[in-house]
Amino acid sequence: MKLFRTVLVGVGLACAATNAVQAAETAPSNVTHDDYGSVAASLTGVAGDPARGAAVMTDRGLGNCIACHEVTALKDAPWHGEVGPVLDGAGSRWTEADLRGIVVNSKMVFDGTIMPAYYKNSGYVRPGDLYTGKAGPAEMPTILSAQQVEDVVAFLLTLQD
Amino acid sequence: MAKLNLTTALATAALLGTASGAWSDENATLIVNGEIEMVTRTAAPDHVPFDEIRSGWTFRTEETQVLQMDDFDNPGMIFVDQAIDTWNTAEGSEGKSCASCHEDVESSMQGVRAVYPKWNETAGEVRTLAMQINDCRENQMGANPYKYDSNPMAAMEALISVQSRGMPVNVAIDGPVSETWEKGKEIYYTRYGQLELSCANCHEDNYDNMIRADHLSQGQINGFPTYRLKNAKLNTVHGRFKGCVRDTRAETFSPGSPEFVALELYVASRGNGLSVEGPSVRN
Ligand code: HEC
Ligand code: HEC
Repeated sequence: MKLFRTVLVGVGLACAATNAVQAAETAPSNVTHDDYGSVAASLTGVAGDPARGAAVMTDRGLGNCIACHEVTALKDAPWHGEVGPVLDGAGSRWTEADLRGIVVNSKMVFDGTIMPAYYKNSGYVRPGDLYTGKAGPAEMPTILSAQQVEDVVAFLLTLQD
Repeated sequence: MAKLNLTTALATAALLGTASGAWSDENATLIVNGEIEMVTRTAAPDHVPFDEIRSGWTFRTEETQVLQMDDFDNPGMIFVDQAIDTWNTAEGSEGKSCASCHEDVESSMQGVRAVYPKWNETAGEVRTLAMQINDCRENQMGANPYKYDSNPMAAMEALISVQSRGMPVNVAIDGPVSETWEKGKEIYYTRYGQLELSCANCHEDNYDNMIRADHLSQGQINGFPTYRLKNAKLNTVHGRFKGCVRDTRAETFSPGSPEFVALELYVASRGNGLSVEGPSVRN
C-alpha cells in the first residue's frame, strides 16, 4: 500500500513537469465544498477510471466501502456490510459533484455521519499509522489519493437505476 | 467421543466463515452445563441509552453459541484448569500462593468478578481485577506482576470469573468512582483515529448490523475473558479494546493505562444486570 502510494506520487511528479493538468491536483486543505457539501471541481483534472474505482471500493486497505455498504455490482467481492445504505442507483440519486463531496468528506454532506472522510489529512484525535495501533506520522496521508477519489466517483456514477 | 467430534466440526465451521454460519435464534437461552442460567438480555440500566442490553453471546452464530453451553466444549476452560494449578503454587520472595491467603477459590472468589472494576479505599484508586491480581502478586507474594494482557493474567481472570458465573454484573458508578466513570464515558463517545469512529458509532448506533463479515454486538464485557476462535486463546478486556481502537486507524492506548481502566469501568457498567459469563466463546 505504501509502495503503491509512492509510485502514484512518483508518477504524479513526473507528469507535473510536462502536464499542467496533473500539477493542478487539489490539496486536501484546498478542496471547497458548497453549502450542500458537494465538490464541483475534479481533484486532478484527469477523468476517473470506474474499474480502478471498483477495486478501491473493495480493497480493505483502501476504500473498504463494502464493509458498510452493499453494492450489487460488486457482489463477487466477499462480505458486504449494512451500516450504510445500499449504493445501487447512487449515480442516479446524486450528481458527480455530490458524490465527490461524499467521498472527500461525507461529514460535509451528512452531519455527524459514521462514514470516514477519504480525502482529508488533519483534525483527527490520536491518528494512527494505518492499522498498526502506533502513532501516525506528523503529516498524515489522506486515506485515498486524489486520483483514487476520482476513480471511485467514476464508478459510483455507473450505478444507475 | 461423539460429542467431541461434533464440537470439532462445529468449531471448524465457525472458523471457516462467520457470515455463512446459521443465524442465532433471537430467543435462544444460554444455560451452561444444563444448570447455570445466564441472563443474556435484560432491561438496560438508567445510564444506558437502550431499552434492552444484550450479551455478545446473543449475536454469535449457533455454532459459536453452542461452544459456550457446556464446559467440555468451551476451549476457555482449559485455561481455567491451568490457573487452578497456579492458584495453589507458591511464587515470589514470600513463598506464598494465592491459596495461602484466599484458600478455596470457589468460596473466596464467589461474586468477585461481578463488581469489578471497583474502588479500593486503601490505595485510593479504581482497580480492575487484573490490577488487583498484580497487587497481590507484588505486595503479598513478592512475585513479578503479570503483563497486563498476558496469557497467565487472562487465565487467572478466567478462574476468578468462573466463580461468579450466572451472577449479575453489578458495578458501582457513583461515589468515589464517578470521576473515572465520567472519563470512561467520554472516551466511549470520542471519535478516534483516521476513520474517526467511537465505540458508540459501532456498538450503540449499529449493533445488530453487519460490518463486513462481523455481526456487531453491543460491545459488552460481561463474557470476558473470552476465548476467540480467531486467535485460539483467551482474550482480555483491554486486549479487545486495543484491537477495536486500532481498527479505527488510531494510536491505541496501552493495556492497563488509566484510559483503558476508566473505559473498562464505564463499559462494564453498561452491562449491569447481564450475567457474568467468563470465559465466554466468541469468533
Ligand atoms: C463506516 C461505515 C461507512 C464506510 C466505510 C463508508 N460509508 Fe458511505 N455511508 C455510510 C452511511 C452510514 C451513510 C448514510 C449517511 C448517513 O446518514 O450517515 C453513507 C452514505 C453514502 C453515500 C450516499 C448514499 C445514498 O445513496 O444515498 C454514498 C454514495 C457513499 N456513502 C459512498 C461510500 C463510498 C464510495 C465509500 C468508500 C470509499 C463509503 N461510502 C464508505 C457509511 C459508510
Ligand atoms: C469499526 C467498528 C468498531 C468500533 C469503532 C469499535 N468496535 Fe468493538 N467490535 C467491533 C467488532 C466488529 C467486534 C466483533 C463483533 C462484536 O462482538 O461486536 C467488536 C467486539 C467488541 C467487544 C467484544 C464483545 C463480546 O461480546 O465479545 C467489545 C467488548 C468491544 N468491541 C468494545 C469496544 C469499545 C470499548 C470500543 C471503543 C474503544 C469499540 N469496541 C470500538 C467493531 C468496533
